[in-house]
Amino acid sequence: MTQTPTTSKDQAAPVADFGLARALEVASAVPDPEVPCVTVADLGILRSVARDDSGRIVVSLTPTYSGCPAVIAIEMAVETALLSAGIDSKIERVITPAWTTDWITDEGREKLRAYGIAPPVGSTGGRKAFFAEDVVACPRCGSTHTTKVSEFGSTACKAHYRCDDCAEPFDYFKCI
Amino acid sequence: MATADTTVPAILEIADDCLILGHRLSEWCGHAPMLEEELALANMGLDLLGQARALYAHAGELEGKGRSEDDLAFLRRERDYVNCLLVERRNNDFAHTMLRQLYFAAFMQPLWRAIAANSSDETLRGIAAKADKEMTYHLRHAGEWVIRMGDGTEESAARMADAVDELHRYTGELFMASAARTAAITAGLLPDPEPIRAEWEETIATVFAAAKLTAPEIRTWQKGGRDGIHGEDMGHLLAELQFMQRAYPGQTW
Repeated sequence: MTQTPTTSKDQAAPVADFGLARALEVASAVPDPEVPCVTVADLGILRSVARDDSGRIVVSLTPTYSGCPAVIAIEMAVETALLSAGIDSKIERVITPAWTTDWITDEGREKLRAYGIAPPVGSTGGRKAFFAEDVVACPRCGSTHTTKVSEFGSTACKAHYRCDDCAEPFDYFKCI
Repeated sequence: MATADTTVPAILEIADDCLILGHRLSEWCGHAPMLEEELALANMGLDLLGQARALYAHAGELEGKGRSEDDLAFLRRERDYVNCLLVERRNNDFAHTMLRQLYFAAFMQPLWRAIAANSSDETLRGIAAKADKEMTYHLRHAGEWVIRMGDGTEESAARMADAVDELHRYTGELFMASAARTAAITAGLLPDPEPIRAEWEETIATVFAAAKLTAPEIRTWQKGGRDGIHGEDMGHLLAELQFMQRAYPGQTW
């Protein structure tokens, strides 16, 4: 289910485009400003790095939530990182297809857990009934004996939970 | 192929609904009954503002007259806003705010889902796919609170009943197709609201049954917002919403 950002020259490039590969490497390593343990590539919001007809690097990014205030910060961070590496780039915001937590890589999920944020449980698409709750494992002790405190947490993408075994309060990266 | 004359007014109706309700929710900042709700109300307001921004930017592009999302959000006169009356109703107490949110989310969630599946406009489908998922959370959150309060203490039940008595009459306008929306439906941009009404009614009936609330019989639905005829509250809302751009024209972050 995880998706790796692609480059336009993935298939059968006649000459290896080291500049493009370098741009992908630099862009992929940019951390998320609000959840700095994961990169934009880990989250699946870096959609592609390619060259346009003029040869300029074009980076496509997608927002997590419509109103996510970090969108501009992320775009600027990627542009700045590329500039620091000597790469001039154009940032494009793409909204189709809509981002889903299914695109967070397995490595990204493990990084979130290690950071103290429970990664999204299962896949998206289920429309849960009123008062239905996900079973979310505590990122500290692993217990599934946890309680949802609020579906809306410290950022748009997170809910607030509490572990009923080790008493740890924690963020849950909710499914969308 | 729908022209900008058809698409822009229809998209503005939805954008204005999102902007005005998002602004109303932002008024709760610092006043919510508890910290978790403070965050939830701000989160939901932010989702709505994000949806409004995307819609305004898209409408401005389709219109092709150089109006930016800020121009559309901040620099129109009251009569040019075409939001429904429900979303401009003042926050009142937490019961009113949550009921208004339930009514709106129960309408928008199936509307976004239908747009995402069938709209003739690709950008709109993209905005809708994201908004659909966000409104699923709003709907659940608001529905759970209405149930909790309606089936709660004597005080909370009385407040919920008051809110239903006050706000239910504004819900009819959600399903009235204005001239703009009718044209957009014909052009395949927006879905017919009638199948959405059935889903809305089912959602409200489910929540009200669990909340021990009764929907009143409405003989005359309140309407006018789609024609720019707003209630007294709207002017006060716009005074605050537009103040910075009116006082410091063109100001940016």
